[in-house]
Amino acid sequence: MATKAPEKKAPEKKTGFPKPGEILGEQWDKFREAQLWKSIFRPGSIFRKGHQDSPKSRAYVVMNNVLYHLHPVKVKRHGIRLSYTLCLGGLSFFLFIFLTITGIFLMFFYRPSTEVVYADMTALHTQVAFGQLVRNLHRWGAHLMTVTVFLHMARVFYTGAYKPPREFNWIVGVILLLVTVLLAFSGYLLPWDQLAIWAVTVGTQFALESPIVGREAYFVFVGGGQIGATTLIRWYTLHVLFLPFIIVAFMAVHFWRVRKDGGISGPL
Amino acid sequence: MAESPDEVYERVLAEEKGKGSSPPVAEARAKAARHRARKGLPTDPAEAAKAEAAAKPAAEQAPAPAGDHEAKAEEPAETTEEKPQEAPSEEKPAAAAVAKASPAQAAPAQAEGAPRGRGAAARAARSAAGGQIAPERMQRLLAVVKPEAIQRVEREPIDRVNTWPHLMAAEAVALLAVTVFLMLFSAFINAPFREMANINQTPNPSKAPWYFLGLQELLRYFHPQVAGVLIPQWLIVGFFATPYIDRNPSNKPHERKLAIVMFTIYLLFFAVLTIVGSLFRGPGFNWIYPWQIPIVRIFEF
Repeated sequence: MATKAPEKKAPEKKTGFPKPGEILGEQWDKFREAQLWKSIFRPGSIFRKGHQDSPKSRAYVVMNNVLYHLHPVKVKRHGIRLSYTLCLGGLSFFLFIFLTITGIFLMFFYRPSTEVVYADMTALHTQVAFGQLVRNLHRWGAHLMTVTVFLHMARVFYTGAYKPPREFNWIVGVILLLVTVLLAFSGYLLPWDQLAIWAVTVGTQFALESPIVGREAYFVFVGGGQIGATTLIRWYTLHVLFLPFIIVAFMAVHFWRVRKDGGISGPL
Repeated sequence: MAESPDEVYERVLAEEKGKGSSPPVAEARAKAARHRARKGLPTDPAEAAKAEAAAKPAAEQAPAPAGDHEAKAEEPAETTEEKPQEAPSEEKPAAAAVAKASPAQAAPAQAEGAPRGRGAAARAARSAAGGQIAPERMQRLLAVVKPEAIQRVEREPIDRVNTWPHLMAAEAVALLAVTVFLMLFSAFINAPFREMANINQTPNPSKAPWYFLGLQELLRYFHPQVAGVLIPQWLIVGFFATPYIDRNPSNKPHERKLAIVMFTIYLLFFAVLTIVGSLFRGPGFNWIYPWQIPIVRIFEF
């Protein structure tokens, strides 16, 4: 070391103009040392200057990122095997975010009024750039999320992950499954075509069969004797605001309890 | 003892400055003296140590040698440290190793009651010098440590890996794979869109969304009260109650055959009902085969 150090420290005397790439590289390095850059990328970030892969920086990556921070710094080795979780819980969460983004896009072009809604849908398909594609993504993504949430529940059952101390998180999970189905069902009406209105008509007949509260529940959710303009605005509000609000609240509890109850269950 | 606490403060400050102590140390000692004066205790550190030693059982009086350090350090209560430099020299490395702060550094912080993470250093030093009980304990709550974490040292460490990159890489792949799948599926197959809603014109068949088709299929076999209310109700109640019904603590598949068999039967039962309701029911909800469904209707769900 001692012999090498002087060699390194003595910079070569440069003659002539530096190459453009050198200037750019120097400026880039300077910029990465600037306060602005360092304030954005917290310690451990791979974008920091002088990042080195070490156990400490690996821990910092998780600790210093709000999204990664959902995870602990370390996880049980068996838990990262694909065959244990099939990633189903994580994919359900990802699909929820995916559906939120595509759903917000769709909201720009959608008015929940029976006079204009069908025209809006047609315009979405024919006039809006990527309108049809985003609607497809939203629809198929929603079906996929229903599947992944249900399969996630099955996975949790098969690995016995509902057992103490995780009983309450199982309950939260069942609530999340129900809210997911309600979200899917409330979204089903919004295209306002024959498929939508009749699927919802058949689906809501189940409520009518319920004893005591059946008729009242039907009246509240349909907004009258049969499905019409009042139903559309109600289900639209449920779909874009109320149910997402509920599901986010329960998801927060769900993820928090996963951590508090000792992380991933197992090993088997 | 006629001095007021503030006078004690000024006097000790002047004395310390006369001795050549650095300003923070001088100030800390002055504050400590003022605090003792308020409590009606001897203001001189040496006297204070003697008074405390007299109050204690003989076994604890001896200045702590290095070997006794741990036992002394367990004494509760924070301390206002007065003479860290006088601590036996063998104490210093131990204290420094614990808190990575020399006793001299710890002294001002402790004297001001500042909540710093140097309690260990101060405690170690105090156990040698003979300390004082501070009026209030200002502490940071860094963690609540469960007893087994400390006591069950023989517990097997769990094999763990870093979330970054091991778990997050797998998650990124799964996430991208699903995105690609959805993009491809959506690029080739459009979401269903029929003619405008008309409540007066019933299509045949009229089907619920696919996730309710298992229940709709049940309607063919049971009274609507049973298929539409009782069965879904009991399913939901059963799901909620699962952790409280299944009291078997094991999660080993071979030790919970009954639970697995029951759940599998349930899954197959509803999978079959849903598939039959979706793909094997045509006009009038009568039996057809999937290849009899018009091709444009296949993805109408």
